[in-house]
Amino acid sequence: MHRFANPTRFLRLANALLPWLAAAAVLLLGSGLWLGLLRSPADYQQGETVRIMYVHVPAAWMAMAGYTTLALSSLAFLVWKHPLADLAARAASPIGASFTAIALVTGALWGQPMWGTWWVWDARLTSVLVLLFLYLGHMALTNAFDDPERGGRAGAVLALVGVVNLPIIKFSVDWWNTLHQPASVLRLGGSTIDPAMMKPLFLMAGGYLAVFGVALILRIRALYAERRLRQLRLSLTDA
Amino acid sequence: MSRRPHRSRKNQRLALIVGGLAFLGIAAALVLTAFEDSVVFFFSPTDLAAKPIDPERRIRIGGLVEEGSVARGPGDGEIRFLVTDGTTTLPVRFVGVLPDLFREGQGVVAQGRLAGATFEADEVLAKHDETYMPPEVADALKKQGHWQPESAAKGKGS
Repeated sequence: MHRFANPTRFLRLANALLPWLAAAAVLLLGSGLWLGLLRSPADYQQGETVRIMYVHVPAAWMAMAGYTTLALSSLAFLVWKHPLADLAARAASPIGASFTAIALVTGALWGQPMWGTWWVWDARLTSVLVLLFLYLGHMALTNAFDDPERGGRAGAVLALVGVVNLPIIKFSVDWWNTLHQPASVLRLGGSTIDPAMMKPLFLMAGGYLAVFGVALILRIRALYAERRLRQLRLSLTDA
Repeated sequence: MSRRPHRSRKNQRLALIVGGLAFLGIAAALVLTAFEDSVVFFFSPTDLAAKPIDPERRIRIGGLVEEGSVARGPGDGEIRFLVTDGTTTLPVRFVGVLPDLFREGQGVVAQGRLAGATFEADEVLAKHDETYMPPEVADALKKQGHWQPESAAKGKGS
């Protein structure tokens, strides 16, 4: 782990990975959307509306994966004090927030025709909205201090406190009665999604993951450059 | 200098974080258990029979629409149906427009008040289950007799 904590080494690896990730994102999202929107069957109950699932479900997965990235980076920053972990946390939160927003909006678009309502305050929907606010809070808090070190630390504490929300989101549909349906893929006893619908779903999930990787690398690179610039400026005024 | 004091400070920080998270997790679990009645989105007919609920209070009930129980009228746009969770059945009366997915055998959540034995609903939402399949597959399953009636609302929580 400490081998990649060296920024130059990390950036060399990230830059080598970037074109492959970008190509994977284009291919996976392209084939996933084509299969999902045009070449997969309609659902026996939902009809064509089922296609919203291919955009919604992987976005919700990435919302959780993004927060896991944020939390692990925050933990690494608080314990080992490595600046690169701080940059990774700052880089992850706006990306995760975007996926959360996509999940919430597409969920509302599906809910209106299927449930008969855009929004209800059930445990699943509410806990995902809390996730969005955690992301937004993290973004605001990390930038609220003049000293980036202090901002990073405050943000990291918030991110770790918010980890409590992750199991609540995942198991909300099992612990309580909710309007939201229980898990179809990541559940005991196997998936309840037809294989013809599973394929575009997994392609989209892979595509989103690649997009997350690309955005994360680009943002870490930009934040690192910003940090360097700041240090140079400080050393110039000191001299 | 040895690395030891440095190391132990890291371990201390790690222990503090892990301890803090465990504490938070327990606190969250206690709070959520205490407020379970507000966290659940709806009560099943069995829940309703088990606990006395103030008839003035607006609540939501959920379950499956019993096969063959949906009847229209006598009023304009008036619909009557039975909601069941497998053990208890509750008659529901609703005036208004039903969502697309409302059908017999499917999950449903109704909001309203309990008036005597009947639940007077002012809003009816369809509850979708976790099964996704093409219509041909559903037909084939029905033909082969492998069809399992939806159990999304039935087996849950209550």
